[in-house]
Amino acid sequence: MDTFIAGCAAGFSGDRIDGVGPVVSTLIERGGHALIFETLAERTLALAQLARNQDPDAGYEPLLDDMLRPCLADCLRHGIRIVSNFGQANPPAAARRIRGLAAELALQAPRIAVLSGDRLDQPEQLDYLRTTLSPAFDTDRIVCINVYQGAAEIADALAAGAEIVVAGRVADPSLFVGPAMAHYGWATDNWSSLAAATVAGHLLECGTQVTGGYFAVPGLKDVPDMHCLGYPIAELDGDGTIVVGKARDTGGRVDEQTVKEQLLYEVHDPAGYLTPDVTADITQVKVATVGADRVRVGGVRGHARPDLLKANVFMHGGWLAEAEISYAGLQAEARARLAADIVRKRLGNTMPLRADLIGALSILGDDAGEMLAALPVGHGRDVRLRMAATHPDRHTAETLLREMNALYTCGPAGGGGVRTSLRPRLNSISTLVPRDLAPASWSFLP
Amino acid sequence: MNTRTQQTRAEGVGTGAGTVLVEVPLYRLAHGRTGDKGDISNISVIAWRDDLFPILLEQLTVEAVQAWFALRRPTRVSRYSIATLCALNFVIEGVLDGGVNDALNLDAHGKALSFHLMDIPIVVAAEVAAGLPDIHHP
Repeated sequence: MDTFIAGCAAGFSGDRIDGVGPVVSTLIERGGHALIFETLAERTLALAQLARNQDPDAGYEPLLDDMLRPCLADCLRHGIRIVSNFGQANPPAAARRIRGLAAELALQAPRIAVLSGDRLDQPEQLDYLRTTLSPAFDTDRIVCINVYQGAAEIADALAAGAEIVVAGRVADPSLFVGPAMAHYGWATDNWSSLAAATVAGHLLECGTQVTGGYFAVPGLKDVPDMHCLGYPIAELDGDGTIVVGKARDTGGRVDEQTVKEQLLYEVHDPAGYLTPDVTADITQVKVATVGADRVRVGGVRGHARPDLLKANVFMHGGWLAEAEISYAGLQAEARARLAADIVRKRLGNTMPLRADLIGALSILGDDAGEMLAALPVGHGRDVRLRMAATHPDRHTAETLLREMNALYTCGPAGGGGVRTSLRPRLNSISTLVPRDLAPASWSFLP
Repeated sequence: MNTRTQQTRAEGVGTGAGTVLVEVPLYRLAHGRTGDKGDISNISVIAWRDDLFPILLEQLTVEAVQAWFALRRPTRVSRYSIATLCALNFVIEGVLDGGVNDALNLDAHGKALSFHLMDIPIVVAAEVAAGLPDIHHP
């Protein structure tokens, strides 16, 4: 059987959207099988739910059109399956939008599968959480509760002929594991294969974080052409050996160092990397360069999947107030410290308050950045005071913004550039639930 | 936090068995990245070369890392070793002021914490230090 090949064109909601072109071209050239987009950090889902509350047709990835428009026709024509959690809090609406986009592009209607079961909102589900999490579980403040689902339903949908799979909350690596399972026909208890696929998915799930993004330190860890970083492509053979590379004719680098950093990213115990699909063990993993921008990863071991699924409970969490003001020139830092002291005295103990002195160069610099370029590191005399506070009550939180603004006339000399922002906060609780409380399923978009 | 102090002290800290020892910042021996889950930060420390890994194992202890992050008040530090990668993984709990949902920090994820760890001083033989990677200024 041919080796499974998949690329990843997004590592979070808000990632660059122009990485997909080179990924799809490379997949076409090499007979690749799947394209994944990871767009769902933990908080992103709660923000999407808030969007859906405002508009029942919203709540999926806002950049969905921009992500798919450049690649949809090519993927459908070349049999490259698109698998993503860009359904966020509203996978059916995302699926409908994709069908609409295909029509706008004069494409034949694609077979789109929609995953479900990640959202916990039924009375028995809420009762379980209320019992296990009480008293932290505050029904009145709930925004959404979602459980991490796995790859099995993605694989089933692909095996049934889906060309696009739209998920909400699934474990990030499962976006890769699902199409790999479908490709090789792996059973759901083929732990060693699922573990290898999970590690491949983990390496890809953050997009360019494995191809030179989030790596560069000038003079120590240099990365070429970061303005056009290549997004990653992984091969996974039937024996569980991974080769990580990137789209051709792009910037960035894939070597042992970039791969090792991403391998351990957000890992706790390397002997037990847990997903809904498997327990992956990377304590014996070996990494070796096998070509230009090609790194082989082998030795992943797998054990039975965990009995419980991870769930995130998101709740309204009051308000975050942030404000900044800058001081430059003589005694800049002393004036910024004085300003912070004044605000602290004004606000007393009404709420938690934090002060930062951001200092290098800001308001003395020009728009073109010439002064910044000319400034030797460590010689800045330009300090920006940032203060932040949080409170359940909006009006109380706003008092910080008013006090910071009042520093214009009531504060130390020469303060300028006040900016303020007030945003709702989200609190979250992570917990574990039994699998039978949250059964996953999928269906074709009717 | 006291980066400059650490770097200026990175000279001639003593001798052992006739070997001149010097202090160098960790980034000369290793690279790494921070990840976060809730109020827990993990920081990988990956040796630039295999022969440097034993030095990390010996000196980059749980206690040393706990002390280095004392100002962020970690509740617990765990260290995992992945010998095949010549890498350590530190899991530092309670260090993010509640993490991305609760912290007032601009960097609520603690993305920058690996760069704090990369300044921790490590003692090496002078001849080892001479062969370590360093920041080059073009």
